[in-house]
Amino acid sequence: MRQSFIKVLTELARKDEKIFLLTGDLGFSVFEKFREEFPHRFLNIGVAEQNMIGIASGLALSGKIVFVYSIIPFLIMRPFEQIRLDICYQNVNVKIVGSGGGFAYGSAGCTHHATEDISIMRSLPNMTVICPADPVETELAIKCSVEYDGPVYIRIGREKQKIYYKEPEFKIGKGIIVREGDHITIISTGDMLKNVLEAARKLSEMNIDARIISMHTVKPIDAAVILKSANETKAIFTVEEHNIIGGLGSAVAEVLMESRCKNIIFRRIGIPDTFAKKVGSQEYLKEVYGLSVDSILKTIVEVYDGNRRKRNKKKSFL
Amino acid sequence: MLKIKDYKRIARDARKKIVIMHSRSNSSHIGSAFSVVEILVSLYFCIMRIKPDDPCWEGRDRFILSKGHAASALYAVLALKGFFPENILDTYAIDGGKLFGHVTKDVVPGAETSTGSLGHGLSIGAGMAIAGKYDKRKFRVFVLMSDGECDEGAIWETALFASHHKLDNLVAIIDYNKLQSFGRTNEVVNLEPLAKKWEAFGWAVREVDGHSFPRLIRIFSSIPLQRYKPNLIIAHTIKGKGISFMENKLEWHYKSPDETHLAMALNELKIK
Repeated sequence: MRQSFIKVLTELARKDEKIFLLTGDLGFSVFEKFREEFPHRFLNIGVAEQNMIGIASGLALSGKIVFVYSIIPFLIMRPFEQIRLDICYQNVNVKIVGSGGGFAYGSAGCTHHATEDISIMRSLPNMTVICPADPVETELAIKCSVEYDGPVYIRIGREKQKIYYKEPEFKIGKGIIVREGDHITIISTGDMLKNVLEAARKLSEMNIDARIISMHTVKPIDAAVILKSANETKAIFTVEEHNIIGGLGSAVAEVLMESRCKNIIFRRIGIPDTFAKKVGSQEYLKEVYGLSVDSILKTIVEVYDGNRRKRNKKKSFL
Repeated sequence: MLKIKDYKRIARDARKKIVIMHSRSNSSHIGSAFSVVEILVSLYFCIMRIKPDDPCWEGRDRFILSKGHAASALYAVLALKGFFPENILDTYAIDGGKLFGHVTKDVVPGAETSTGSLGHGLSIGAGMAIAGKYDKRKFRVFVLMSDGECDEGAIWETALFASHHKLDNLVAIIDYNKLQSFGRTNEVVNLEPLAKKWEAFGWAVREVDGHSFPRLIRIFSSIPLQRYKPNLIIAHTIKGKGISFMENKLEWHYKSPDETHLAMALNELKIK
């Protein structure tokens, strides 16, 4: 997804001289060509993220469209106050592109994991939060972010494989229905989409027909597509490679609880409220924390079937 | 062309407005505001290329009050310069008012950058300076910081960056009144040797009496102090300057003038 980001940004920078790219000393084997082609619009700020966000704000206040890049915790947690005040409070045109969503830096350890970022960014006024699912969504997210005037956080993951065979209609704030289905709805954000699609295939073998929504934009959340699915299917599951608190699941829950859809079965699937306690790759940690295809499948079947049985029981009493 | 006595009159007018603003709103930081009055008046009435009737003019010099808690001083000087009507100052930090106690962008013309948390302004200024160089524009970026603010690590990140990028269009001013929130700077975290530190970071440094118009204007007029080097001006000031009972007193970082204080202060300003 990093390669898709820089590929599309290079194309956009050729057309729009206002585009700048700032990095906190990261981007080896990714940004070299951009630096060569636009030496004055590429700034390696050094290992100084607070300064980087401030400089991005100053450039944006001078009419530039500024992309800042680093590994997520260093990019948004170290300079959180600069993001809150210099970017969001002043509502400037800065795009914060974070590398390594979820456990992408797996065995590097918790310093490099991004498991609270969606929650943190979602809480900031004026901030838009996008988590693309694959290289195709990444390119579209970057394009849309340039057209949009204001702060955007884009969380990119490690997924190199394309999920979309043809370009989907991509709009900030609009979920994409990737698969139609009548029984349940699975809402996924970021590159969890791959596992969710695989889980849906297995569900269909069990005669559970799952609708899948790629909710690339977590803020503003697409309430319309959530409510539509709540009315048309019996259960909603959210899946995210993120702490269970405050991310996609919370955003969807907020919509559902304030709606009239009181009978919907609902379950959030995400990382329990913990730092990773095991060492391993992204795939390994996903498995440990319930985000592998089989874990997702198991949770969905348990919750959905369990509820169905309960309801049938109630009916039989009546 | 204004003379020194005119600048002094404007500074006196600004102090009157500031003391009334703080008294009316019961708000803190009057000492910090008084400390920077001469710096602001020199910049806005003599040095900076600005157009109060066209506040977003692209060629303007930029100003960032990184010590955003001295907002009352900036607002008073902007009003006196004609950026907005003076009666807006009456809405400073009161219920339903227009002006927060820290500088807020776009609330009034001339307020370009929101500040209030220390250590942000210099990096924003560096970003503007980079944009100016890239666009081949001649504007300068002035950033006024406090001495206590130099405790913030982010300042020194920008200190490294600005000299590396030869930002001689960036002018940082330290309001060195030697009193920070909870003590004297040399007792809390000693900044000395302050000039040598900035010089070692690659900046062109000058020290000046921050209440002397001739000296401030002379130094500001010689910017860039040295080609290809960012500028750092250490302005030696007195917290609470201009009102005898507030001068060099930590408590006036917090207290606001009651009616008696207000009458005494206005009386002192009248005599001067």
